[in-house]
Parts: sequence; structure tokens; C-alpha cells
Amino acid sequence: MSMNDLNESILTLILLVPLAGAILIAILPDRGKLSASIALLTALVTFGLTLHLPAHFLVGQPGYQFEINKPWIDLSPNGAHIGIFYHVGIDGLSLWLVVLTGLLAPVGVLASWNAIKERKKVFYSLFMVQQTAMVGVFVSLDLMVYYGFWELSLVPMAIIIAMYGRKDGAHAAGRFFLFTFIPSAPLLVAILYLYRETHTFNFEQLQYNVATGVIPATALFWCSLAFLFAFAVKVPVFPLHGWLAETFSEAPVALAMVVAGKLGLYSMLRFHVGLFPVQSRALAPVMIALAVIGILYGACLALVQRDFWRLIAFATLGHFGVTTLGIYGLNLIGRDGAVFLMVSQGVIEGALFVLLGVLETRYETSQIASYGGVAARLPRTATFFVITSLAMVGLPVLNGFVGEFLVLSSTFTSVSRGWAIAATVTIILGACYMLWLVQRIFYGPKSDMAASQLVDDLRFHEIAVLAPLAVLMLVMGVAPTYWLRAIEKSSSTAGLLQQRRSATPAQNSNRISASTASEAHR
Amino acid sequence: MNASDSLRILPEIILTVTGVLVMLIDASLPTGWSRRNLGVVAAIGTGFAYASSIWQLGLPTGTGFFRTVETSPFTVFFHVLICAIVLVAILISMDTLPENGHHQGEYYALLAFGAVGMCLLTSAVELLVVFIALEISSISTYILAGYRKHTGQGPEAAIKYFLLGSFATGFLLYGIALIFGATGTTQIYEVAARVPDNPNHTMLVAALALMMVGMLFKVSAAPFHVWTPDVYEGAPSPVVALLSTAPKAAVFALLLRVAYEMLPTLRSVWGPLLWGVAALSMTVGNLAALRQENVKRMLAYSSIAHAGYLLAAFAGFGPSGIAAASFYMAAYAAMNVGIFTVVTLASGYDDRLPLIRDYRGLIYRSPLLGSLLIFFLISLVGIPFTGGFFGKFYSFSAAVDGGAVTLAIIGLLNSGVASAYYLRLAFAAAQRPDESNVRTAFALPQVGIAVGAALLFTVGATLWLGIVPGRALRAAETAAHTLRVPPSAPATPEISLQPHP
Repeated sequence: MSMNDLNESILTLILLVPLAGAILIAILPDRGKLSASIALLTALVTFGLTLHLPAHFLVGQPGYQFEINKPWIDLSPNGAHIGIFYHVGIDGLSLWLVVLTGLLAPVGVLASWNAIKERKKVFYSLFMVQQTAMVGVFVSLDLMVYYGFWELSLVPMAIIIAMYGRKDGAHAAGRFFLFTFIPSAPLLVAILYLYRETHTFNFEQLQYNVATGVIPATALFWCSLAFLFAFAVKVPVFPLHGWLAETFSEAPVALAMVVAGKLGLYSMLRFHVGLFPVQSRALAPVMIALAVIGILYGACLALVQRDFWRLIAFATLGHFGVTTLGIYGLNLIGRDGAVFLMVSQGVIEGALFVLLGVLETRYETSQIASYGGVAARLPRTATFFVITSLAMVGLPVLNGFVGEFLVLSSTFTSVSRGWAIAATVTIILGACYMLWLVQRIFYGPKSDMAASQLVDDLRFHEIAVLAPLAVLMLVMGVAPTYWLRAIEKSSSTAGLLQQRRSATPAQNSNRISASTASEAHR
Repeated sequence: MNASDSLRILPEIILTVTGVLVMLIDASLPTGWSRRNLGVVAAIGTGFAYASSIWQLGLPTGTGFFRTVETSPFTVFFHVLICAIVLVAILISMDTLPENGHHQGEYYALLAFGAVGMCLLTSAVELLVVFIALEISSISTYILAGYRKHTGQGPEAAIKYFLLGSFATGFLLYGIALIFGATGTTQIYEVAARVPDNPNHTMLVAALALMMVGMLFKVSAAPFHVWTPDVYEGAPSPVVALLSTAPKAAVFALLLRVAYEMLPTLRSVWGPLLWGVAALSMTVGNLAALRQENVKRMLAYSSIAHAGYLLAAFAGFGPSGIAAASFYMAAYAAMNVGIFTVVTLASGYDDRLPLIRDYRGLIYRSPLLGSLLIFFLISLVGIPFTGGFFGKFYSFSAAVDGGAVTLAIIGLLNSGVASAYYLRLAFAAAQRPDESNVRTAFALPQVGIAVGAALLFTVGATLWLGIVPGRALRAAETAAHTLRVPPSAPATPEISLQPHP
């Protein structure tokens, strides 16, 4: 296969390889480590394929790259090719998120290596389906395809929580599912309404139609609200976070790590701010307020949690608040910071979940009070944990700092000083609960549990996961420009729409399976 | 009448012959011999009926037997659907029906005769033939519903179904009589021609209302749904697989004919009526299902809700509404027959696992059955890439197109509520088994060839309708265009379909 062919089908491959892995796992018998090994292999292959994207991504080229646009389901009675298109492609916003999803797949498999003991076949095949659904959300440029992957991403997660929940999995799974499924009903109605008005599900065409004002403003406002509501629940944004803590404390490590936040945040950026620039400008003050409240609220609740899964749940709520702030600041730097933050949060949280999983599988409890002085027995775990925590609280040189700095400085300069100061102050609280957590678990006098239970430090496969993540945290912190370069030059979001409007028609949609990127490569 | 008329009812003839053949073979087999192979005969016969339905596509669209029956892509669509459902029902029964003392001969014969009625119902264009077809199908299903006569609920189910069902048929007949009174004919096209300038508007509205009652009862739409949970609970699961889909498909086909073809001018009457019934069915069905502990009762209420989703398509204009309703019926049939197949396998002919909590740990006890149960439930919830989603999508987009945005919102919120009870069962199946439950202390049966084929077929159909529904959509649209719908004025948006300049 020549490079050109690969460029044209790479996204399809990234979507199909995990699915093929899932089917293979489902067919083969559930014996020993067979399912896990196939899952690992599939995940590594997928990750390898995602690395093709940054390697051949043309920075600065407008529009979507690696684009595929083929008719899928024709909804017009006379065969006029209107309806659902298999339309995928990436730009700077989604590039690193796809790579991150690819990276977290082998991490997730290795984190489950010893943790999942029964019905491994079901677990790993669902995990692979989850992979496809996540990548699908990031690459879809057709609203129905996007919606399909968006809904599909719920299913494996919910089933796995129900099957492998720590205490009451079924309850947590139901809550998770209902919380995220019900808001997607208005989302679907809004998509159908937009389709009725414009006869297209194509993202770029819709962007154009929305911007040119063929749809009544009131209807657009309601549509944008329906979109935002679905996304805000999924993130979650402050008052809608009812499902988060329970899901985090019930879900197996691998799943909690891959789904956290990214889907909703990305969707906000692409499909809310990107599709409804005017309406999101109107809603931005509300979102900024909610984001800052979320940061404060998350930090305060994280301080008082007794269970470390719940602590991390509220900590992430705070971090998603920072990202939301960046998105609804509606300026370029804030947006870059938000995307960078999503990616670096993915890496940090990946490592953090693995580490907490390590502790939980060894000591079989997630109560912080039971721990204490563990560092003496688990020195390597402690080292990695400290690095990760420092990245999480935003220590300069590590990756957490860059995104937060961009978001906060842009909020300060171009949105509102008050909110920026409020957000910055509360981020200090973040440092408190994280460092206090480190102190309570790893240092201080040895607790009875730590003294009585003799456990092993990190095993090889765990180091194999954590070391690259730690290196990545450092590299992303020291050389953020490499990542930001691609994000910055990305196409089509809110602030840029005005300038881009003239450029949009040139690369609209009804072109069948042509990709400017691949032609440029030739 | 000539020979080519017979070709117009070829599937019905084949099914009748099959039924008679099954009964004859049953009578001539010595007692004590296995009668399982009667199922094979019935399955082959139904297979031929299925093939002959597809073959009928080659016939020119038209009527036969003095304009009483019609062959068109519309009738073929529903014939194929009904034959497929009956075929799967036969396959399930072959592996699960107990061998002795269960009158297997009559069972398969009744399935075949029921199919005759349902098929005839979709192709009839004369209201009296409609009535006869409905009776053929109903009487067979009344008997089948009470097949577990050794249990308490079996006869109860049959009697309830029979009494309420005949009452509803009475309504339909009264409606037909009023139609005849108002227009002087019972041929659907002639009625349609005579309705617009008919002075007897009140009588026509009354006729429409009465006919609607009869038909809505058969599709178990609220408020005519009360029989459904009791009947589903008492009837054997393979029969419920059939009962919850095939007769409904046939009656929905009739409803489409009556609404769009016979009385399109009364749209101002049946439009709001069906809007209300759709909203009510979804809401009542889903809210009641939330409180059920019994799996079959829960699925009964879910089928009431699905009747509501389907009726939402009637808010769509002309062909788009008809196509959406037809497609939804196919998608619903695939997943509902599928889930009853799994229920039949997991809990047996005798319903050994009646309650939702008895399904706990199914995926641990049998990964295959557990996964399939969850799969069909996911499709019933309406998750993309399954038939259930695309059916809902298509039905509600027809509704939104027809201007019923409120109905679409009610419907989609309802499907959110519905996910709660579907997932209760799905998550029960996903949880670790409850060792203290004595009811689950039996080994699940191996999946046999016949029932395996049924599972493969339903899973395949559900995925096919969800991932590549293109061909089925074309078939539904072709079917929709053969109904003689007078041109109405669908709101064509002013936006050009071309990409912007």
C-alpha cells in the first residue's frame, strides 16, 4: 500500500482495527491471557496507526486532513445523495486527541492485565469497541456519524461498569447511562431539525448555513442549547456532575481513564462553539461562571473526600472547569490552551489512574485513611505518584502548567480579570488536595495496613506503562510548541469563523472521498 | 378470475398448503414418534412462501379476484417481513417445544394459518376481505396464546385475548358497515374516490374512529393496550415472539392503507388522533414498564411504547411517513423477535426465569446468551449502529419533517426513560450471579442448530438495518410510493440541495 493510499484510509483503519480486535477476541476462547494479549496487540497496532497522523499532518494547511467523504445512507427518495455520509477527517483540534486515545489504549490494557480476572473476553472486546467509539467521536465530520459514535461510546462503558463494578456496579452504570443518554435526546431532535432546515448533516455545510442565517435565530438558540446541554452533562460541567463520582469509584481503571472528560470537552469546542459561534457567545458568560464555580466546587469537595477515587473525580471536575473556561473564553490562546490541557490531562490522568489502580489491587481498599507511610515499601510507585501529582497541580516544566497558564492568561487579558483571578486562586486549592493526598498515602507514620501487608512494588508491565507517560509529561512541559503548533493552525472554530467564511466553500463536502492532504503528499 | 389471479395470492396459497400438509402428516404419524420434523416441514413451507413473496415483485402492480387483493412492492415488503418472522418463530419452537402431549402438529399448522391471515391482511384492498383475513390471523393467535394450557396463565391469556380481541374486531366491522353506508362500497380505492365529495362527513368520521379502535387494539396502542401484558405473560415465549411482531406488522400495514390510501382527506381527523395515541402509547408503555418485575410483562409494555414510536411516523407526510413506519416495523420485528428468542432459550418454554432478577449473572452463566440479551436490549434502547436506532431516527425524522417537533421531543425523551428499564435487565444480566437464587440453579441449554439459525438471522437483521440500511430503506420507500396517496403539500424548504456556491 503506498503512502498515498494509507493517507486516504488511515482514519478508517484506526476505526476498524480495534473493532476487528474486538470481534477476534469475542470469537476466540477465553483462556489464560489470550484475550489480554490480543487486546494489547490490537491496541499497540492502533496506536502505531495513530502515530501516522502527526507524522504526515501538514501544519498550517487549512481544512481537514486525511479526509474521507463517502455516501453512506441515502435519505432522499430520489437518490440525490443527501443523507448520511461517512465523513471523517482531522484538524489540529482533533489530531492529538486521536493520538492520545491511541496511547491510552495499551495503557488501559496493561492496567487491566492483572486487575480483570473473570470474563476477560467480554471485558477486552468491549474495551476495544470503546476505543472505536472514542476515535469515531473525534474524527466524525458528519453530524449523524458523530452522534452514532457519541451514543455508542456509552454502551461498553456502562456494561463494563455493571459487570466489574467494585460495589454496586449496576447502579452506577444505570446512573452513568441515564445521565448521559437522556440529554442526547434533545441533541438528536436538534440535529434532525437542522437537517430539516438545511438538508445536510455535513459539519462544514451546516457551519456555513448557520452562519449565513437561513435558520431562524430563536430556533438556532434552542438547537445550540440542546447541543450544549448534552455536552455539558458528558464533560461534566458543574451542576450536572451527578454521575461522575460514582462512575469513577465503580469503573475499572482502564475505562475511567479513557472516557474522562475529553469527549464532552472536544464536542463543546467543535460542535457547540464551532457550529453556533453567535449563540455560544451569548451563552459564554454563563459557561464561564459555571466553569469557575466548578473549579472551586471540585477543589473544595476533593479536599474532604475519604475515598481516593472520589477525590480524583472531584479533582477532574475542577480541571474540566479550567478547560471549559478556555473554550468559552472564545479566543485563540484560550482555545489552544484548552486543547493542550485536554491532551495533557489525558496523559496525567492515565498515569494517576494506573497508580491508584496499583495501590488498590495491592491493598484492596480505596480509603485514604487506611494508607500511610507506603513509600517505604513502594518507593517506585511513590516516585511516579509524586511526578504525576506535580504535573497535575501545574508545576512549571511539567505539562499541566502550559495549558493552565494559557487558559488563565488569556482569560485575564481578554475575558475578565475577576474570573481569571478567582480561577487562579482556586487552582491553588488544587495543589493542596493533591499534595495532601500524596502525604497521606505515601508519607508519615506507617499505618497498620501498610505495616502488616507485604506487597510488591511496581511490576515490569506497570513500569512499561508509567515510564513513557512520565517522560511524556516532561517533554510536553518542556517543549509545548511542538504540540501547540498543530493545534494553533487548526481550522474552523468560533473566533476564526469570520475570517474563514470565505475559505469554507472551497473545500466543502459533496466532493466524494477526496482529500487535499493526500494530494499534497503526492 | 383467471390463473394469474392465483399468482397474486401465491404466498397465501403456499402457506395454506403447508398448514394442511403439517396437519395431515401429524395425523398419519404413529403416536410416540417424534414430531419435531413437522417444524422442518413448516419451516420449508414458510421459506417457499418467503421466496414466492419476493418473486411477486416481478408481477405488475395490480389487483386480482375482482379487485379484492393487490400485489405491489408494498404488499411484498410486508409479506417478506411476516414470512421471516413466522420462519424464525418456527425455528425457535423446534428446539424449545416439549416433545410430548403438546400437539406439535396443530402448533405448526396454526402458525402457518396465522401467517396466511396476516399476509392476506396486507394485500387486501376490499374491507370485507380485510375482515376475513383479520379473523383468520386472530383465531390462530388466540389458540396459540393459550398453548400452555396446564398453567394458570395460559388459558387466562387466551380467553382475555379472545374476548377483548373479538370485541375490537366488532368495532372494526361496525366501522366497515358505516363506510359502506356512507359510500355504498367497501373497495378501498372506490371508497377513496367517493369520500372527498361525500355529504355524510359525520358518518365517515364515525366509521374512521370505529375502525381505528379495532386496529389500534390489535397493535396494542394505548389506551387499547390492557390485554397485552397478561397475554404476553401467559403465552409461550416463542408465540410471544410472533404475537408481538407479525400481527402488528399486518395491522400496521392495514392502518397505513386506511389512513393514507382510503381516507387521506380525513387527515385532519386521524392526524391529531394518531398524534395523541402515539404520545400516549409511548408514555403509558414506558412508565408502566418501569415498574415491572416480570420480564415478559416488561417487554409487553415496551412493545406498547414501540407502537407509539411507530405511530409517530404517521405525522410524516405521504410517502416519507409510510416508508418510516414500514422501516420501523422491520427494525422492531428484528430486535423483538431476537430478544424473545434469547428469553425463550434462557428461561425455556416453561418460563423458569420469570423475573428480572432471575436474569442476574446470565452473562456469567452463558456468555453467548448474556451478550445477545444485552445486544438486543441495546437495540431496543435505540443505540446507533443497531436497527432500533435507525428505525427511531427515521420515524422521528419523518415526524419532524411533518412538523411534529413536539411529538419527536416527547418520543425521544421517552426513549430516554425507556433505557432505564431495558438497562435494568441488561445490567442484571451483566452482574455477577446471585448464588442464593434457586431458580437459576440449572444448566442453560446448548444452542441448537434451528434456534442458532434464528439467533444468527435476528442479530444479522438488527445489525444490517442499523449499519447498512440502504437497501431496506429503498424497499420501504418503493413500497410507500405504491400506495395511491394523493399528492399532499409537504413543506419543501426553500434551501437548495446543492452545496453552497
